[in-house]
Parts: sequence; C-alpha cells; structure tokens
Amino acid sequence: MAETVAVELFGSLRRHAGGKAVVEVRAATVRDLLKALSEAHPGLAPHLKRGVSVSIDGRIYTESMFQPISAGNEVVLLPRIAGG
Amino acid sequence: MAFDEYDDRNRIFTAVGTRPVRPDGVDKVTGRALFGADMSAPGMLWGAILRSPHPHARIVSIDASKAEALPSVKAIVTRADFSENAAEQDVLDNCMAGEKALYDGHALAAVAATGRRAAEKALRMIDVEYEILPHVTDVDEAMKPDAPMVRETGGDESVPEGFSKNVMSVCEFGHGDIEKGFAEADLVMEKSFRTAAAHQGYIEPHACLASLGSDGRGELWASTQGHFHIRNLCADILGIDSTQLRVAASEIGGGFGGKTTVFIEPVALALSRKANRPVKIMMTRSEVFRATGPTSSTSMDVKIGMKKNGAITAGLAVNRFQGGAYPGSPVDMGAMCSFACYALDNVKTVGYDVVCNRPKQAAYRAPGSPMAAFAVESVIDMMCRELDLDPVEVRLKNASREGTKASYGPRWPRIGLAETLEAAKNHPHYAAPLGPNQGRGVACGFWFNHGGETSVSLALSQDGTAALSVGTPDIGGSRASLCLMVAEELGIPYEKIRTTVVDTASLGYNDVSHGSRVTYASGLAAIKAAQDAKRKLCARAARIWGIPEDAVIWEDGEAAPAGHNAGEHEPLSFAELCSDMGRTGGPISGHFEATPEGAGVSFATHLVDTEVDPETGATRVTRYTVCQDAGKAIHPDYVEGQFQGGAAQGIGWALNEEYIYGEDGRLQNPGFLDYRIPVASDLPMIDTEIVEVPNPGHPYGVRGVGETSIVPPLAAIANAVSRAAGVRMSELPMSPPRILKALKDGNGRDCRG
Repeated sequence: MAETVAVELFGSLRRHAGGKAVVEVRAATVRDLLKALSEAHPGLAPHLKRGVSVSIDGRIYTESMFQPISAGNEVVLLPRIAGG
Repeated sequence: MAFDEYDDRNRIFTAVGTRPVRPDGVDKVTGRALFGADMSAPGMLWGAILRSPHPHARIVSIDASKAEALPSVKAIVTRADFSENAAEQDVLDNCMAGEKALYDGHALAAVAATGRRAAEKALRMIDVEYEILPHVTDVDEAMKPDAPMVRETGGDESVPEGFSKNVMSVCEFGHGDIEKGFAEADLVMEKSFRTAAAHQGYIEPHACLASLGSDGRGELWASTQGHFHIRNLCADILGIDSTQLRVAASEIGGGFGGKTTVFIEPVALALSRKANRPVKIMMTRSEVFRATGPTSSTSMDVKIGMKKNGAITAGLAVNRFQGGAYPGSPVDMGAMCSFACYALDNVKTVGYDVVCNRPKQAAYRAPGSPMAAFAVESVIDMMCRELDLDPVEVRLKNASREGTKASYGPRWPRIGLAETLEAAKNHPHYAAPLGPNQGRGVACGFWFNHGGETSVSLALSQDGTAALSVGTPDIGGSRASLCLMVAEELGIPYEKIRTTVVDTASLGYNDVSHGSRVTYASGLAAIKAAQDAKRKLCARAARIWGIPEDAVIWEDGEAAPAGHNAGEHEPLSFAELCSDMGRTGGPISGHFEATPEGAGVSFATHLVDTEVDPETGATRVTRYTVCQDAGKAIHPDYVEGQFQGGAAQGIGWALNEEYIYGEDGRLQNPGFLDYRIPVASDLPMIDTEIVEVPNPGHPYGVRGVGETSIVPPLAAIANAVSRAAGVRMSELPMSPPRILKALKDGNGRDCRG
C-alpha cells in the first residue's frame, strides 16, 4: 500500500526539485519511489535514469526495485554506489 | 528476521575465525596456477595494438596496406570492426579510438600475426595521419574557460552555465548552515591540496586469449575481476549475444579495481573473428601505464571550523577530480566520503568531474575516498596542532556513530569508527617515543562497501565432500573464506570443501569482484546455499526415517531427530547422507541467487611514524599500525593481508607514485623504474588490529575489508611527514624533491606542520 514518503535529495539534485532538500511522494517500493520522483520533478529524471542508490534507514539499496518503503522510513537518494 | 540479517545465535564459531592454509597457495608458489598470459591454443596468433603518440589528435586516415601485405599478418582491425550500436560507447572508444585520439597511448588499430614480434613489426608499418589538437592534462587547467576542449559534448545538466566544457558533472552533498558553523568556531582553517594520478600497480599486466567465430560464438580467457561483466561488455562492443561468449577468469596477479573493465579483450576477439583463429594479447608494462586506468588526479580545497575543545562546527570540501578523457571520475564518491567519519551539524561537499587528455581512470580500492580523506584529515591535523589537541581524542569527539547523520545524508546504522579509534589510542604504538626528525600521523577513513548480483552453487559429492562454484574471481583470498563459511554451516572440515571460480556458462550472473563485496555477498550466498543443502539433507534423513521433515534438525554436521514425535534414530552424518543420495532421491545441491543489499560500511584508523631526512628529503616509514572494523574476520590472515596491502599501496601513493606528463602531453614514466611502487625493503612490518563490530546485514556480521584500508594512509603519512619535517605537505606524492622544496620554502611553518 503506497504511503507518503519523505525523500532527502543530495545537494546537486535539489535545484531540480524547487530547491527543496526533502520532497514527498507516494510510494510502496523503491520502484514506485523513483517513478513518482521522475513524474513529480522531471528535472530529476536524467539523474535517476543514470542510476542511483537509495538509503532506507541507513541501509543502501542499489538494485532492489521491490524493496518496501513506508512513511516511517528515513529515505535518502544517493549516487549509485560501486567500488574497486 | 530478514533472510540476510546478522544471526547472533551463530556467535560461537568453529571454522570461521581460524587460519587454515590457503587453497591456492601451493599452486601459486609452484607455478602451477594459470594466469592471464599462461593460456595458449593450437593455431594461436599474437595480437598487438598501435597506440597514439599524441595526447590529442584527429585521426585523418589509417593506412594499413603495407602491414596487411606481410605474410605473417592474418588480421588488422580498426574502429570500423566494432559495433556501431554499442551501448557502452565510451568503453568502446577507450578500447579503440574513433575520430580522435584522446590521450598518449590511445589504441588506434590492432594486428594479429603469427608471432608477437611479427605483430609488433606490422604495427610499425601502419601509417596514421594525424591533425594535432591542443591538449590539457592538468585538472585545474582543464577547468579554465579557455582550456582545450577534450569532448565536444560538454557536461550534463548539473553543470552550471559558464563552466569549461571539460566539466562533465557537478555534485553536492551536505546539510545545515556552514556559514553559521564557521561563525561559531574558535578557529577556522582552510587549505588547498593536490594528489597525482597513481596506478593500481598490479604485477600481472593485462592478458587474454580470445577465440570468436564468424557465427558469433566464442571463448575468452582473461585476467579480470569480473568475467560476467566483461562478457557483457565484449558482447555489446562486438555486437554478439552475451551467452554465445563463454568467459573464464584466469588467476589474477592483482587488480585493485583496475581490472573491472575491458581494454584488450574486445580487440583480441575482433582480431580472432577476422582471422578465424585464436588470438592472444599481452600488454607490456608501458601499455599498462599508458592505456589502462590509473586513479584520478585531484585538486581540493578544505575549510573546517573548530571550537577550542576540538568540536568541529562546520566543514566544507570542494573536490576537483580529472578522470581522463571520459566522464566518470569518482568525485561523487570522494565528495560523499570527505566528511563521512564525522558527525557534523553543518557540512557541505562539492565535486567536479573533469576530463583531460589522459587515459580513462579506472577504479582503485575505495575510488575517490583516499584523496578526499587526505585533504580533510590533513586540515584536522593542522587544527589539532594549532589548538594543541590530541588528534585521536579530537576524532573520537567528532566521530560518526550509530544514529548520527552522515555528511552525505542517511543516519548511520551500527558502525565501528569509534572502536577503531579506541583501538589506536590503546595500541602501544600511540604512546611509543619518537626519535629526531620523526613524526607520528593519525588519520581515519571510510568506505561504503557493496553487495551486487550474486549466484552460487554448492554440489555435494558421494564421498562426503562439497564443491562450491562461484562467479567472483578470487582477488584476495575469497576461496579460503568461502570454504570456511560453508564448513561452518555444514559442520564438515574445511579441507572437505573446494571453491572454484567457474566460467560464465556455469552460473547465473555475478557482479564484479569489487566494492569489497566478495566475502560479504558471495559469502552470504555460500551460507545460504549451504543452508539450502542442509534442508535437503534433513529432508533426505526424514525420508529414510519415515518422519516429517520438520522433525529433523542439522547439528554438528549430522541430521538428527528433534521433538517429541520424531522417535529414536541414530543421527546420520553428512558423509552417510551423501554416500546414499543417488538412491534416496538423487544428487543434492544447494543454490542461491540474489542481490544482497546489506553490505556494512567500514571505517579504519591508521597510525604511522615517519622519519624525514632534512638533507635529502627522503622519508622512511618506521612504524605502521592499521586498526579497521572487519565486522567478523572469516580468515584473519587474509583480513590482515588486506589491511597491510592497503597500507602498502597507500605508502607508495603518498610518497612516490605519480603519473608525470611532459609539456608535450606524453607520459614520461611508463615503467616501474621511473614509477616507483614500494618494495619490501621500503616497508616496515605493518601491524594490524582487527576490530569486530558485526554488520547487521550479514549472517556472520561480515563487512568488506578490501578497500577501506587504502583510505587513511595518504593522510596519515602526510600528517606524520608534516610533523616530522615541520612543514605542512599538501601535495602528493611527498617525493624527496617536493619535501626538500617545502623545507626550503618553509611552507606552512606558521601552522606548525
């Protein structure tokens, strides 16, 4: 069931969301979240398409489109995490 | 409990945490192990690659007719022999230039001939007409509005108007009000820093053997950190189906992030397709330096505000990383890592991804983080000196802890930074006396770690042994660690298990061995596959006993009846169940395929003593201690090895290693004589303290350890050298000439080194 989720954007994304550090969208999963963000803030779409990671309560999700999200979660958008 | 979470019922380990002999050790010391260049095939040709001597030039024409006329030459390829529709255009362009040569060493054409010398001779007979273009190799120069333009496309939508077209993207992180934070400080210091590009320095040059038919079916043997990934890249670049290309990973003589992509592999495949014979390519060391990924070189500004008691009130870092001729430097990772060690109310980091006429950077252990830490940890050290504060206590006072907000956004889960600082504070090293011209440096470091797509299979054998198949090349002892985790789950001896890195036709997709992910993700997968096999063994015992499956438990390597209604049955051992499995239901295997997402972040604190010779500027590292959170050390020898290896590479990066470009834009030192990595005699014994703060996202608490260990050394050594020399060193490497110059100039004496 989709709930209203507060999403923290990192600094360089904020200008695509009217300067807001935190935006709210309705989502039940990571996939919902990314879709809703693209629709609500089209300027974010190129970033999201290139790939992002999503931190949910401090755990970073890079591949899990169906990871559940609810209103009580701390959700932070991050650049896609990789490594060497 | 979620499937991949830390299981504190499993805290008493029997196999995990022991130090058995490594399974690949004998092969490696006797020469039986097969590395990239060790494979040959009947009818094999040798490939060689023609490379641009110019840092920036338009390719007007390539005339290979004289080379083609040589009887020994069987195929020549240029960009026209690769797929026009490749999705990974930058990867393709880096393997084989299109319209322009973008750096000294950029591939332009390749030859397959009957011998290596014949191929090299043929290269000299290829005529290339160039239109020389202006070049730029320095990150700050490349950011100037009038700098030579490396790529016509320019940056993405994140780059504000008016910036140089060499700025490909801009990122920013942080929270709070940094100006308010600086106003609250008793001391504000700011300084600029620079780091040179350093190469991963793996001892084994890139090598591969390729065979590709005109029907699009082929085989590839390569030294790589990720054979599934390079299969997909090669298939894309060559326009073939990925599953028609079977890739096997050789033993790997070092990668450190630099073997996570392709350089020669698509070229060898294209030559093979054209010649209809197997083709082997082996890079020279010069080619490795000129054409494979070093790190970014960087330019950074850091400003920090601090109270007299050591509390940091604000932090600002502006990082400029050049990533070679293509976008994608790890500046975003660097910007996220700059202040990750500290819980700050006011913090801002900015990153600029810049292109230059240099080879495309490739990942190098914790990409971006070591440079970022060098700048921030140096300024913290300067402030500790100025305020006469203990550098470990200041770091403890400001340390990120569970529940504090990371500088890049999220609140931390359970982390172990403070524990590494406490370990350093309590280590005898921290209180040991220093001699003349010696200084002690402290620095912390952070890396994210990564999960990634993972598939494994665990096949049980009739003789009571188990074969684990994985798709993550063993770059740091993972075969031993994986065997230990399976032994722990099954309750059978370590020696009864063999882990094999199998080819791409044998398992589902596996992400690259990067991001410190293998012991975490392949380990989690191995545990889950073993649990799957145990369930099947218990079911088999239940069938033998004629009782319900849920009335059987696995305990100490045996299936045993459990519960009031299970009845009296002699436990069945692993070996007994395996010996009869053909007649009790068929072969038993355990499987696991998933993308684990619980990789725990990792922190480290390093202590280092250096001695600087004021007459020569030479630095000797006299003592080094690494304290790092491993979550849970599966095979402590390998964990310590990762700690020591990161420190050793960091020592080289800090003191000697440097890509040196001339005014002509050509690399001046493409060899180990002029690009000096540390050898054993340059290093002290590197002491290690394994801190274990379990990762909640792994059944045994594992955190990756392969990358964090290279994050603190640049800063720790810079702090030690600066204290020893009495001048603040702000540019890496701190080579003798640079130290002598700083001593002569007295740079930073006012900030007491």
